Amino acid sequence: MNNLAHLTRQLIRIRTVEERISEAYRDQLMRCPTYFSIGQEAVAVGVGAALAKEDLTFAAHRNHAHYLAKGGNLQSMVSELYGKADGCAGGRGGSLHLIDRDAGFMGSTPIVGSTIPIAVGSAFASKLCGRSNVTVVFFGDGATEAGIFYESLNFAAVHRLPVLFVCENNLYSIYSTLEPRQPAQRRIVDVASATGVRSKSIDGQDVQLVYEVAQAEIERLRAGDGPAFLECMTYRYSQHVGPGSDDHLGYRSAEEVAYWKARDPVSIAAGRVESSGVMTQAEIDLWREVVDNEILEAIQRAQVAPFPERTHSH
Amino acid sequence: MSDRQITYAAALNEAMDQSMERDTAVRLLGLGVDDPAAVFGSTRGLREKYGPDRTFDVPISEAAVMGVAIGAALCGLRPVVAHLRLEFALLATDQIVNQAAKWRYIFDTSVPVTVRMIVGRGWGQSAQHAQSLHAWYGHIPGLKVLAPATPRDAKGLLIAAIEDNGPVIVIEHRWLYDISGPVPENYYSVPIGMPAVLRSGDDITIVGSSYMTLEAYRAATELERLGISAEVIDLRTIAPLDIQPILESVQNTGRLIVCDQGTRTGSFAAEIICRVSESALESLKVPPQRITLPDAPAPSARALANFYYPQRTHIVAAALGMLGRDSFDPCMGIEPDSPLDLVDPAFVGPF
Repeated sequence: MNNLAHLTRQLIRIRTVEERISEAYRDQLMRCPTYFSIGQEAVAVGVGAALAKEDLTFAAHRNHAHYLAKGGNLQSMVSELYGKADGCAGGRGGSLHLIDRDAGFMGSTPIVGSTIPIAVGSAFASKLCGRSNVTVVFFGDGATEAGIFYESLNFAAVHRLPVLFVCENNLYSIYSTLEPRQPAQRRIVDVASATGVRSKSIDGQDVQLVYEVAQAEIERLRAGDGPAFLECMTYRYSQHVGPGSDDHLGYRSAEEVAYWKARDPVSIAAGRVESSGVMTQAEIDLWREVVDNEILEAIQRAQVAPFPERTHSH
Repeated sequence: MSDRQITYAAALNEAMDQSMERDTAVRLLGLGVDDPAAVFGSTRGLREKYGPDRTFDVPISEAAVMGVAIGAALCGLRPVVAHLRLEFALLATDQIVNQAAKWRYIFDTSVPVTVRMIVGRGWGQSAQHAQSLHAWYGHIPGLKVLAPATPRDAKGLLIAAIEDNGPVIVIEHRWLYDISGPVPENYYSVPIGMPAVLRSGDDITIVGSSYMTLEAYRAATELERLGISAEVIDLRTIAPLDIQPILESVQNTGRLIVCDQGTRTGSFAAEIICRVSESALESLKVPPQRITLPDAPAPSARALANFYYPQRTHIVAAALGMLGRDSFDPCMGIEPDSPLDLVDPAFVGPF
């Protein structure tokens, strides 16, 4: 699978970026709430690899992986976290509000569910204007509890819109498990399906699987088959917000964390690409070094970049 | 006997605890009310003490949850709904504005729901986590809107809100949560609608609410060093509001500054100034001023935040100007060491 090398490189890049930002965050120079994608990268990478440049992506607050997988500019992202003028939102948004329209990453906002109808609107415009591009929107399990989720899927289904809804079910909404939020034994994928949107639930930690399924769904979107929904089971390693772990709070068990970390998406992909001979260990190590230098340089540049001027705010 | 000092967050917690102890109808619901963070400490221990039927987490369904609270309130319960950010309550706008606020009028039925909304600021939270829409909600007939600034009032007003037949919105500024102050240990309520004179003075009246009451108080302290006697009035309630104490103050001082953590146009400060103009125009020696956020969304970057948030230097500069004294550009007073995207550690109360 010649795509596996590309997918693996993307995973390694994003993981490395997130880990270096996590370290640098402790210097308190990135002064915005930051939600790390560590553990969840394969969903963004698998779907992102199936998109063309003219396709569009919307996301929420945990957006670094989606932004980068769509081709978002790394320097602009890092500068935004540092609140600098060359940040992708000019310092106005911080990590919560990444955007790179040149790459087709149309915007991200933290109010849960808020970009779902907007993504539907983007797909609506594509259909009304006869464009062949598709739109993807990423959100979490909590967003499926918001009324706007139902309204958006319903609208997309009524109009047979070229939108792919991707739900990253990481089992938690901050510290809340699914238990007080959704009935036991009822699956998110079935709720989505009931709205009239064809829906699948897959293992979100297998980047190849995510890619293959996303690719197939996106082809159907382009063919005019109407909207699709993917529930991707995944897991967040870091705290809900901020770097590092908050597992000491005891809201999730050490066993559960260990179970998911044993199925690390980056390790799985790197192992496969090496054992299948697609990349050698030396090539993998070299790539790690390349992307490490890339993020370290972006961090350094962001630190010395100028702050935005007053006129930009009001 | 002086009261012990506790934080604003602890005062809110105590209000919930004592209210729940007295009346089993009181229920607390909202995202994360029973989680380790406990709504910034304000709901700590309540689920453990009162059980899952009285304190419980909810789905991310603000509109439905508010409707659920209304329905429960119609049928004998007294729900308190907590929102980690005011912006999340916006998803419940139909239920709050069209339903809760109107059922009392249309159906002559009480809706004893209290909605706690936390106003964010700092650490680059940006525009969707930083709005104080107390003027908006205060504009809606049928809603009471409270804005405690001190720990004593946080406890007393939250208790008053729960006792009230509602609906009542309580605006809590995040940066007040760690302020300490004297709080009586017993169960008590603070009257809704009554501003409080925090500090007496004769030269100028400075009205504040919520976090801006803190800035107004600090400005008054600086003005005193400059030989100016400022009277600081804390609104405590946005709606319904008894304007009389403010009128009396302005009749004495002749000068008025109103500080507001909302944005300028349509601010509640504008409402105060209008009421004073209607009833005490002849007392005003100079035009009143309002100190508010600009008409712009809140930025994330601290460089931009430094020009966004008004603080005591702006109040002091305005007061000096109104008194015919040499004033200064308040923006020059902002030191690089005290950026406005971080809680000022120098002031944790009491005041």
